[in-house]
Amino acid sequence: MSQIEVRSLAKVFRVAERRAGLAGAFRGLVDRRIREVHALAGVDFDVERGELVGYIGPNGAGKSTTIKILAGILTPTGGTCTVDGLTPWRDRRRHAARIGVVFGQRTQLWWDLPVIESFELLQRVYRVPAPVFQRNRDRMVELMRLGPLLDTPVRQLSLGQRMRADLAAALLHGPKLLFLDEPTIGLDAAAKLAMRDFVRTLNREEGVTVVLTTHDMDDIEALCERIMVIGQGQILIDGGIDDLRRRVGNSRVLIVDLEDTVSVAALEDGLRGVGTRDVRVTGRRARIDFDAGVIAPAALIARVTSRFEVQDLFVEHPPIEHTVAELYAEHGEGEA
Amino acid sequence: MTDSIAMLARYFGVSIRAQLQYRTSFLLSAAGQFLNSAIEFLGLWALFDRFGHLAGWSFAEVAFFYGVINCTFAIADALTTGFDRFGSHYVKTGDFDRLLLRPRPTALQLAGHEFALRRIGRLLQGLIVLAWAISALDIPWDAARVALLLLTVAGGVAFFFGLMVLQASLCFWTTESLEIMNVLTYGGVETAQYPLSIYHIAFRRIFTFVVPLGCIGYFPIVAVLGVDDPLGTGRVFQALAPLAGVAFLGLSFVAWGFGVRRYTSTGS
Repeated sequence: MSQIEVRSLAKVFRVAERRAGLAGAFRGLVDRRIREVHALAGVDFDVERGELVGYIGPNGAGKSTTIKILAGILTPTGGTCTVDGLTPWRDRRRHAARIGVVFGQRTQLWWDLPVIESFELLQRVYRVPAPVFQRNRDRMVELMRLGPLLDTPVRQLSLGQRMRADLAAALLHGPKLLFLDEPTIGLDAAAKLAMRDFVRTLNREEGVTVVLTTHDMDDIEALCERIMVIGQGQILIDGGIDDLRRRVGNSRVLIVDLEDTVSVAALEDGLRGVGTRDVRVTGRRARIDFDAGVIAPAALIARVTSRFEVQDLFVEHPPIEHTVAELYAEHGEGEA
Repeated sequence: MTDSIAMLARYFGVSIRAQLQYRTSFLLSAAGQFLNSAIEFLGLWALFDRFGHLAGWSFAEVAFFYGVINCTFAIADALTTGFDRFGSHYVKTGDFDRLLLRPRPTALQLAGHEFALRRIGRLLQGLIVLAWAISALDIPWDAARVALLLLTVAGGVAFFFGLMVLQASLCFWTTESLEIMNVLTYGGVETAQYPLSIYHIAFRRIFTFVVPLGCIGYFPIVAVLGVDDPLGTGRVFQALAPLAGVAFLGLSFVAWGFGVRRYTSTGS
């Protein structure tokens, strides 16, 4: 049995529509117009033990709704979901004792307490036996480099420090499943890298299953072997990064470092009739966008090397943001 | 159960230490609470000084009612800050999610929100009045009387706790401030400071069967004082009456359960 099994999961929110203006507000008191919002319209997936899954989608696509249902704090309107055999919203407390959850935008710690006291309170709340707690605490303090911060009240921590403390706090009871909702949001570059390191270590060394939502495609590229893309309440893609790219076509970029500077016009001239999309030149580096379905990379390379003196060249996939943006555009989503 | 109490004790320990960090603030608000209820009591004294007695009740007897209900309310009030601030602190901000993510009953976690030390002001004042009333009255104390007094306080704490749980439960439907509930809490204390027998029959019924204020004050205290109830109730009923407070708390938790279910189905 998979660790997480989600079948035909649906969530409909009933939202009272607001009318404009004061008069509208009063009309709303007696005559409420209810609009149904289908946040999830039949979602299916499995997550196996030890996986590290990226769950991405634009705002309002159903990401948070899915995570909240999986965490047991939201009840779906249809479908089933089991996590380690439990139904999260029915067995809320037993389920909560087995998972770890970190919301990037909201701390789980006590604002006024020193970090270590938050940890000790959580030990009580999660009923962690003392030896287990000490082991987990020491391991997390070492891993997240929290030693110097333990006596600092949470409100005095920087965002990056707080996220590390939050991640440690979510793992003190030794959960085998971790939900991370936007764990790198608002972090500076160094803190982001550190956070990715921790998540990778937890997954690889501690065997913790991780489901991660993010807007940051670098998180995905750095961490996830598997990606699920959600849009308009449905899973659009579930697979590896390569699947995602394949799904939106064959866009590639050929990057060429030339011996001499060449004008755009000269390059375009040399590639006439090949079927490239766009050519840009900066200094001696040329970037040639092309469609691998129209011209094979090998053929394009042959053409370029036959016409120009080339120092070095390589083919790149377009950044994954572009890929996802194209996918959303295909499904009529607004924001990427 | 013992585990829950241990957890609550831990929460309270943390809360008390946090409050003692701001010592001046704690002392001032505790003193404020003390003076506030002391002045109220002064008004009561002035009343009796002028009229001598109230519908057959002596000043010392009314002081006994007053002392018990104020101690009761002070204890309940100290334990329910989390419920009092539930709408603004937890529902509006979405912080209630945090409680739902933990493997404990949400109400237990909310009770641990704060142990409000400043309520010691009202408690102290209630105890002083009670001590004076006891010294002024000639009550033949025995084990049964002491036990009933403790049961009365326990039932009263349960009742006022239930009121706060009910108030917090309403926040699942509306996050507007619920001034109307103050009529029952503070109004309830005011009402129960006086013997139930002085009120009109309609109010007596409401305070017995709907909002059982009489059951956690008047009726058992009549038994403790050892006087005959002008309303004609018997000793058995008087001794069991405080259990109504516990029943009230039970019902308020049912309402709380409905509220939590609504929250988890709407996500707000």
